[in-house]
Amino acid sequence: MYSLKFDEQKCLKCPTQACLTRCRYMNLNRESARAEILKIAHSEDSFVLHDCVTCYACEEYCTMGNHPFYLIVQKQEELGIPPLPRPLIRRGINMGMPFRGEPAIREINGRALLMAAFADHMFLIQGRLFEGLPVISDDPRKMFHYFCQLMYLHYARESVINQRLPGIINNIAGHKATDVVCFHDECYGTYNSYCPAMGIDVPFRTVHFFEFLYNRLLELKDLIRPVNLRVAYQRPCSSRLSPDKHHFVYDIFKLIGAVAVPRKYVDENALCCGGAVEGQRREGSRKRAAELRRLNISDMKAGGTEVCVFNCPACYHTMGELLSQEGIRPVYMSDLCRLAIGEQPAGWR
Amino acid sequence: MDICQALIDIIGEDHVSNKQEELYIYSWDLGTTEPHRPDWVASPRTPEEIQKILILANSNNIPVVPLGGGLSLAGLAVPFRGGIILDLKRMDTVIEVNEQARYALLECGVSQGQLTSYLERHHPGLTHSEPGAPPTATIAGNAAIHGQGDLAQPYGFNSDMVNGLEVVLPTGEICRFGSCSIGAQWFTQHPLPDVGLFLGWTGTTGIITKISLRLFPRKKIRGTAIFVVDNEEQVPEIFHKITHTQMSEDIVAFSQTIPPYASGLQHFTINLAADSEKELEFKQELIFDDALGEYIRRGDGGYLGFTRGLQHPQISKTADWRKGGGFEYVGSIMPVSRYPQCYRRGREISERHGIPYTVLGRCIGAAHAMMFSWTYAFNRADRETVRHAREAMHETDELALELGGTIWKPGHYGQKLVMDRLDPNTLDLMKRLKQLLDPNGIMNPGNWEAIP
Amino acid sequence: MNAAEFQYSDIIHRCFRCGYCKFPVNWMDVNNCPAYARYRMETYSCGGRLWLTRAWLTDAIKWSDHLAHILYSCTSCKNCEMKCPLGINVDIINMIRAAKGLMVEQGRIPKEARDFLENIQVHGNPYGIPRSKRGDWMGETPIEQYNGQEYLYHVGCVGAYDTRAQEAARTLARVLKRAGVSFGVLGGDELCDGNEAKNMGEEALFEDMAQENIARFNELGVKKIITLSPHSYNAFKNDYPSNEGRFEVLHYTQLLQRLIARGRLNMAIQVPVKVTYHDPCFLGRWNTEYDAPREILNSVPGVTFIEMERSRENSLCCGGGGGNFCMDLLGGSPDSPARRRVREALATDARILAVSCPKCLTIMEDAVKVEGLDDRLIVKDIAELVDQAYIKKTEAEGKQVKDE
Repeated sequence: MYSLKFDEQKCLKCPTQACLTRCRYMNLNRESARAEILKIAHSEDSFVLHDCVTCYACEEYCTMGNHPFYLIVQKQEELGIPPLPRPLIRRGINMGMPFRGEPAIREINGRALLMAAFADHMFLIQGRLFEGLPVISDDPRKMFHYFCQLMYLHYARESVINQRLPGIINNIAGHKATDVVCFHDECYGTYNSYCPAMGIDVPFRTVHFFEFLYNRLLELKDLIRPVNLRVAYQRPCSSRLSPDKHHFVYDIFKLIGAVAVPRKYVDENALCCGGAVEGQRREGSRKRAAELRRLNISDMKAGGTEVCVFNCPACYHTMGELLSQEGIRPVYMSDLCRLAIGEQPAGWR
Repeated sequence: MDICQALIDIIGEDHVSNKQEELYIYSWDLGTTEPHRPDWVASPRTPEEIQKILILANSNNIPVVPLGGGLSLAGLAVPFRGGIILDLKRMDTVIEVNEQARYALLECGVSQGQLTSYLERHHPGLTHSEPGAPPTATIAGNAAIHGQGDLAQPYGFNSDMVNGLEVVLPTGEICRFGSCSIGAQWFTQHPLPDVGLFLGWTGTTGIITKISLRLFPRKKIRGTAIFVVDNEEQVPEIFHKITHTQMSEDIVAFSQTIPPYASGLQHFTINLAADSEKELEFKQELIFDDALGEYIRRGDGGYLGFTRGLQHPQISKTADWRKGGGFEYVGSIMPVSRYPQCYRRGREISERHGIPYTVLGRCIGAAHAMMFSWTYAFNRADRETVRHAREAMHETDELALELGGTIWKPGHYGQKLVMDRLDPNTLDLMKRLKQLLDPNGIMNPGNWEAIP
Repeated sequence: MNAAEFQYSDIIHRCFRCGYCKFPVNWMDVNNCPAYARYRMETYSCGGRLWLTRAWLTDAIKWSDHLAHILYSCTSCKNCEMKCPLGINVDIINMIRAAKGLMVEQGRIPKEARDFLENIQVHGNPYGIPRSKRGDWMGETPIEQYNGQEYLYHVGCVGAYDTRAQEAARTLARVLKRAGVSFGVLGGDELCDGNEAKNMGEEALFEDMAQENIARFNELGVKKIITLSPHSYNAFKNDYPSNEGRFEVLHYTQLLQRLIARGRLNMAIQVPVKVTYHDPCFLGRWNTEYDAPREILNSVPGVTFIEMERSRENSLCCGGGGGNFCMDLLGGSPDSPARRRVREALATDARILAVSCPKCLTIMEDAVKVEGLDDRLIVKDIAELVDQAYIKKTEAEGKQVKDE
């Protein structure tokens, strides 16, 4: 039905094989990288399929737009090499099932904010930034009717994504929003990277959350007072699917007087939160995830970070407590923006 | 004789009632047991008051039902033959906490929540084995029904944690058991004569008025790690492996229909405690990298991380699953090896009665046994669901015995099943003890009823 | 019988009687429901009250004086709502109010409650003291009548009629005047805010009173209100808007906190004493204002501030809400919540128990007397402590200025 728009010729012509040479979790030079990606393309076993930690970075590194990560995930499923143990896969698949009634689809005919599977984070959606903005998926009991499913890339289950996603798109489209602001950038990545790569039609326009926040801040410019904080941004794995929107992080920081500390693990070299790594089958995964977090947080501390800024609730839950223990305050980007316009987000003391 | 006035003379007007409102409320267990009204509700403050009440009850052949938190959910404090129900919760003083010997001496009405909070505020290096019941459950009541808490692994039943008891006998004598009985501190039960006559007897042999409870070290970091398998046959061996490491505290395996992520899977919650990050990492390494590493590598078992902070269990939320304010469960004490059958057969019973299945097994001691429970939610406003829950529980009582376990804190139905199987000499001895201690049969009648 | 009429009949059966509602947030004691603390019978806990209400509605029990007593012993302190782990928690007080409302409709409420409500209807206050005496609280203190000043200072029934609370009311007026706050009072023209009537099931009476108050305030051009009592604060802030009465409402501690922050309250006289503070339910749990009173107390020079073990959202209600400051259904025993509370205050080694509610003030001062603690513990309103520490600037600086 849907098939990945992967073209082996592009890999053959690629001057860098950056997808694999730049992978921090494996040691490949250009030659070995080329060999392995071609094996994968031919559905042959490759150590890459076993050792991939599903951080999504190769989607960004690829200069040929050839979707190496989506290919890896597809082949992991095809060859029965899932990165996670079977019970966690089953658990994850069950978790995404809506089980409390049908979604309440009402027509909006304007811009809307899509909370998707984060309806339990409605406490963030307050104040002037979000004034008058209707919300799609504000009920935690029914939020899985709007779940973008892309999480299953960590589970080697593109089949589940492809099976469920059309229905999800239908539900969102039913609200007839003129444009859909995606609270979580994995949703944005789904509709702007994954769907085109798979040939899945998306009949609505999407807006990246940070683009929305930035423009909204411009509208409320008179209210902005510099926050004067030294910040580090926790770049989630899904951000790799929308690198063209990453600059909004810095645009917002500049606008609100937040200073991004100098860091080693930043932007294209960012470290994921390790949430998906911790339970992987690959030997040493638990320690690998802990080490990732240690490196990440030390790197933030070395730069003098006061506040770590999050996009993704999964990163927040994985890293928030550890950051607090190290004297760094975790905060969501939208809450930081609220602070900048003189509001008092809950939990900010 | 005006019993009401006699009770008022003993404990005061504010603490006695025979008004319809008290009689109504105190007739109910919170599970599916049918209500039975007491004739009087009395709330004493001292053992001496209880003594006088029991003497009064004996001379007038009035049943007496001792009530703690009332959360047995098996109808163990329902006045089946009327009489006086004694609400013991006014006796709620924490008398002493001995840090060196690690025990707490408590009146019988001290609640779980009260002790937890007291220790956190005044003795943060000590903790007790807190059960999954709402925090209004009493310490003494829980020990008396052989409850288990979050230190069941490795320390056993809460009744294994008793250093001593003060008891008012049905005939009014006040007795003490353990080192306290020779005037020493309440620090040990052994080797003095047993408390065994008052734990597990459902209040039919006397009323506990004081309890000395063992406390345990409380470490700075406490939290829960999660491990998941999809094959119930692997659960017993996993319990065995984790307990062998001696690195964890509470280990529970559960499976339930709701929420969907738990359905058809076996989740282990494994409590870990440590005084440093080094200790925590060491324990996790031994358990998840070493003991359980092979399951992870094979893809049979998944590690889902460690979350800091122990949640006080909110079991009351189970009551609301059918938006109906009610649930009851059959608890059993089973060999750990029977987990797969308990799960499969229990699931089948639930599904047949249209109840979303909810089962769990809590490890006791070094996997010496487990408490396996099957929970049945019902809607208090829908009698059909109550009937289904009750029937499912009767079937489950029988299942527990069929699978080679025994019923934990059985209600009347389960008590009869157990007595049918009891060794005849043992049953005869129980009868004789009961006759000796309670010659007029006034104590919580209706329970262990083959023993007149 | 009344099951169909009862607005919450679809949820009232969901209470499990787990007993969480008896505890404070920090679990320290099972006596944080004031009625349960007093009677220690399951019937007097929140769960017991809900089960009995359902039993009455389904004819399992008949109405009786005792049932009415149990219902009206609820002070609406909100501890139960904070503790209940179930989804019905947001409607617990609503359910109890609705049950009281049914009893009111049938004319079957405790005599004390009937007197209370009739007095409000006839005399505009629960004490039954003539309306003409409402302004007498001012005594000799020169206080301006409201005539377009920045704030309307609403004193409330207890502040207007109870002799002890009148002292606090006058003292607050003096403090505000010295701080240069522009305010006036309605004095003899003031009406009851209706908060207690609402919590006692007299919704219709409350709405009448609210509408009358709102009309009068609008007529006078009132925009901002300071209240002595947290009960008034709660009514004006949370219940009047749905009756089309929208005003900026402050409890006086919130205004004093601002004045201190802006340097407008010069407390220079030392008050070297240990002070503890009792959080009133309608300021604390109902409106989550825990900080303003504490900031004021910590600003009084010389004060050593000590928290009670049960403070903030864990606070034990004094037992005065739901009309009980007047009906006294929870009095008469060492287990009465007010007596328990003053013993807790004493245990902190504090000399002064500070309060910010006139109901708490009167009920706990009585409790101190009954406990025989007069020589060891004094109950004072926060305004009185501020007054004690206050030093007047020059006359010239004392002229009234508008609050920024």
